[in-house]
Amino acid sequence: MALKPRGGGRMAATPAPSRWDRKMQQRLARGEETALCELYDRFASLVHSIAHRVMRDEDAADQITREVFGYIWENPDAFDPKDGTMRSWIAALTQRQAVHRLRHSEAYRVRADGARSAARLEARVREANTAARADFIRTSMPSSIRATLELTYFQRRNYRQTAVELGLTEDETRRRLRLGLQMLSTAMQPPQSSPSPPSGGVQ
Amino acid sequence: MNGPMGHEPQSEGDTPAHGIPLPRVPQPRDAADDTLPAPEPLLLPDPAPPTCHFDHKTLKSLLGAWALWACSAEESAAVEDHLTRCMPCAGEAMRLREAVGLLQREDSLDLDPLLRAKVLKGCLGRRPARIPVPEWASPYDAETARLDAFLCDLGDPEWEMPVWLTWWGGKRELTLSGVLAHLGSIDGLVATAIGLDDPLGPGAPHTIAKRTDAAVTRCSSHTRGFVRNKWRTQTRDIVRTLSFAGTSSSDLPVDFTELVLPIRDALIDRAFACWIHAEDIATALDYPYEPPTPRHLNRFIDLAVRQLPTVLADRKKAGLTSSTGWLTETDTPGRTLHLEVEGQGGGHWYIPLDSPTAITSEATTVATVVLEGAEFCQLAAGHRHPEDLAAGQDGDREAIRDVLCAAASMSRM
Repeated sequence: MALKPRGGGRMAATPAPSRWDRKMQQRLARGEETALCELYDRFASLVHSIAHRVMRDEDAADQITREVFGYIWENPDAFDPKDGTMRSWIAALTQRQAVHRLRHSEAYRVRADGARSAARLEARVREANTAARADFIRTSMPSSIRATLELTYFQRRNYRQTAVELGLTEDETRRRLRLGLQMLSTAMQPPQSSPSPPSGGVQ
Repeated sequence: MNGPMGHEPQSEGDTPAHGIPLPRVPQPRDAADDTLPAPEPLLLPDPAPPTCHFDHKTLKSLLGAWALWACSAEESAAVEDHLTRCMPCAGEAMRLREAVGLLQREDSLDLDPLLRAKVLKGCLGRRPARIPVPEWASPYDAETARLDAFLCDLGDPEWEMPVWLTWWGGKRELTLSGVLAHLGSIDGLVATAIGLDDPLGPGAPHTIAKRTDAAVTRCSSHTRGFVRNKWRTQTRDIVRTLSFAGTSSSDLPVDFTELVLPIRDALIDRAFACWIHAEDIATALDYPYEPPTPRHLNRFIDLAVRQLPTVLADRKKAGLTSSTGWLTETDTPGRTLHLEVEGQGGGHWYIPLDSPTAITSEATTVATVVLEGAEFCQLAAGHRHPEDLAAGQDGDREAIRDVLCAAASMSRM
């Protein structure tokens, strides 16, 4: 049994055009089951991977996936296209719900163990939030920069090979790689404003 | 490019493998080091990397590529040497190298295909759909989604692999795009039955072989992304159109030339074909592909079994059966074969052997066959020869053979 290729073979995530988002929202509101199916097919792996990254547990990630899609299906109007793409909304929703579940599931340990567990939990939450911010930055950075970074990193090109493949000058390739990583590195700082919408949780 | 770099041919070896942590940002050296006079390269040949011909601006521009292990050995050495003297660059280098870790996405875990059904069921329990997918269309919805998710993980080499489609008495080699073209061209018969456009355009041929040929020819000039998208969009359009039409459409006939099925069965048939060809693809690539959910597996078996009496009768007329039948009249009990399918999605079916209209009964059961659900489906797909089947058999051997051969003969491309 062979393992499937990872990362490199996957199509680059492109932000959904807002027309798709609005149409999807309308269809969900209308109660179209096929809209729910399409929503799942498009975002299930995003939701599950975020949940899994926070919880580090398959069953918990499955559970959060159920909760998130259940919430969206019941509350399609909670999405506001003015605040960003549906993808970023769903990612933020999932992140919040996963962190909520993590705090809940770790609460007994924190009560029993005290400060050390609490610090460990906070470190995990911080790490998860950094990863979520990095996701957001990666999907919202200019696609030209993202493509350059991803080709270099996932396909293991050196920057000259990347330059040839993308038809760029070597100067421009170096500039994009540096700029892209600079953007990404801001995820490691505590955010001035979180990409997550401020309120409205998944019940 | 003009300038000090780019004179060396690049090789893969310049880029260390990813995943190996290389925190090679050196500690800043003592300030005293920086006050040493720079060596004069022209006068004093130095065995150390010739770092002097990179100016500060160039070194700074290399930091991103350096953090990604994507510059030449000479450039890496020059950057690392520079980082020992330049605090701002050293700070940035450290930050960028750390940021590289954030590029790694963790969305590549395979989702459990069964999760989809659970999530959808949970959602619909919280808020029933106002425009539901007809129950008989859900295997098609699930199987097409499963194949699409499988395709999502495939890279260039996989798309180039030859895929063999095999059925009873035939086989054909296609590319992966060709398989999707084939699936889409036959789905197109369902599409046209419900008023959607024929993917092959007006005046397209009608038989499965000719439609496949036409589709494969058309698709050969398109990118695989286009072909995949076209196939997937049509599957979505079919399910969506049927959702809006509601259950009243379930009797609409779909003409597959050699047989006509009501659309509620045609969709089961197409779901079955989608699964079987997904498995053909997975087999060609040496990847695992799970069987469908038990509920859908049961529908596939049931459809095949319901078609069996007619197929048996046709084969009898053509002299392709060996067991001697009874002369039964319509609606009277006739010889019966008891098919027991084991495992989840299995069940008991009683197949009339003498005439499609004969009544089956336990008292007139002349043979029993016991096998696994997936095994039966492999037989009906023409992937397993009746002689090679792992099946428990009891009773009239010839009757059993007739039924198993009839099941295999139903398979198509």
